[in-house]
Amino acid sequence: METSKRLSPLLWGCGISVYAFLYIPLLIVVFFSFNDSKLNAQWVGFTLDWYRKLFGNTDMLVAARNSLIIAFLSAAGATLLGTMSGLAIHRFKLKVLPVMVFTPVAMPEILLGVSLLLFFIQFLHLTLGMTSIIIAHTTFCVGFVAIIVRARLQGMDESIFEAARDLGATPWETFKYVTLPLIRPAVIAGALMSFTLSIDDFVITFFMAGVGVSTLPLQIYSMIKVAVTPEVNAISTLLMMLTLSLMWIASKVAPETLKGHA
Amino acid sequence: MSKPKDSTRFARWAVSMPPMLFMTLFFALPSLIMAVGSFMIPGDTGGLAPLFPILTPHINPHDGLQESGLTIENYRTFFSDTVYAWIFLKSFFVAGLTTLICLLMAYPLALLIARSPKHKRDLLVLLVILPFASNFLVRVYAWMIILGPFNLLFTNVAVILGMVYVHLPFMILPLYTNLEKHDPILLDAGQDLGATKWQRFWHVTFPLSLPGIYSGSALVFIPVLGMFAIPEILGGKDSMLVGNLIKEAFLATRDWPFGSMVSMMLTLAVLGVAALMSWLSKAGRFQPR
Repeated sequence: METSKRLSPLLWGCGISVYAFLYIPLLIVVFFSFNDSKLNAQWVGFTLDWYRKLFGNTDMLVAARNSLIIAFLSAAGATLLGTMSGLAIHRFKLKVLPVMVFTPVAMPEILLGVSLLLFFIQFLHLTLGMTSIIIAHTTFCVGFVAIIVRARLQGMDESIFEAARDLGATPWETFKYVTLPLIRPAVIAGALMSFTLSIDDFVITFFMAGVGVSTLPLQIYSMIKVAVTPEVNAISTLLMMLTLSLMWIASKVAPETLKGHA
Repeated sequence: MSKPKDSTRFARWAVSMPPMLFMTLFFALPSLIMAVGSFMIPGDTGGLAPLFPILTPHINPHDGLQESGLTIENYRTFFSDTVYAWIFLKSFFVAGLTTLICLLMAYPLALLIARSPKHKRDLLVLLVILPFASNFLVRVYAWMIILGPFNLLFTNVAVILGMVYVHLPFMILPLYTNLEKHDPILLDAGQDLGATKWQRFWHVTFPLSLPGIYSGSALVFIPVLGMFAIPEILGGKDSMLVGNLIKEAFLATRDWPFGSMVSMMLTLAVLGVAALMSWLSKAGRFQPR
């Protein structure tokens, strides 16, 4: 009995090495963002120059502004549509909607990217830009919001809604006074998750951006295609901080979203 | 019981219609266009040639080439040149190897978290999720810094490492979710019956964790199969995968019908893998334990 409760040192050793594997590369990126050298090879001295350079880079600032606008709007759209989908899929036994909403989450991003590229250029004859990026981000975020909202609804006692209906509440009243207050943490968590997914997205944005518009991930991509420079480390560190704080907020609002499923 | 049937019907319609319309327009329709596009002819300036008339394709009298309508030419090109079959095979190999390495790394960690005291588990899971807080490109870039001095940058080893690093959490989390549900009493029973540690693992824990392995494998295998950025950033000339083939067709050579065809082949591959995984996890449930 005693021995089965103790974890073997081998398991601990493996576990800690995997954690190290996950963290060391990122720590290296952060570490060299403060290094006073053009090369990410040797510690020379502490500096904030790379950050200063970043804030003087107009392209980077424009890209940051674009990223924020896109993330706000697509998170708003995805939260609205995703909450509706989550409610509809949970409440009514629908067959087509789950397929439509959950498939984009499961398939390789490049497929959604190229099919939307075809759609916007060949079918709608639109010029790519902010609008196409926002629509594309909304499309793949809807499913994530729906998953979170549905998970919340599944964990709840159906009799609450039945009670509201028996007391004569209309579907709208039931939603407004019973359902919405109960699912609010899931809706907020879904919104934050969409925001994070949008601001971090590279693949779909890559196909949707066209020539004129850039976002932070696109900027990072074009920088690392040219050369490894500590400026990339600095923007990476800042982006990490932003996502971390969003995750922290999510964990305060809806702790269950950070457990279990990916 | 006079249920407000009309209002329920209206609620059903009001809630499901907007997302249904949106996803039809921006997911189903584009996918359909891509499917049709894979049977089309490239336009003069890239993109797709006009589709109509479909039934009486227009043939250019000068060079005898088809200029509109539908064709199976793209698929014929794909199956007539072993280059494409080779790229698909290689992508499957890279995805398979990445999945295997992820599984070998994720299993001990997931087991460790699942067998830790309850109050520590949330923190340990959070430590797995946190690296997600960094951008995907940042995580790839980190390996550029690390591998540079070892002369491993722009090789297939770098590609595999990058793939494993980016997708590892997708394997850890479903495995942990599964392992956490195992009743420890089963292991105690095994021990009482005289089973050694390894016997208990192979005959109790491992078979029970198969559904977790299958869902984790699908979550790693499928995105790796379509990945183009990691081979492009960390790989060399010979690191081209299906994703790169699609990207090149759409953005470099601008042969969109060909790109659509490769995308359709990738879709089929993904559907095949997903079907296999769900069949495996269903079949696993009927295994004698």
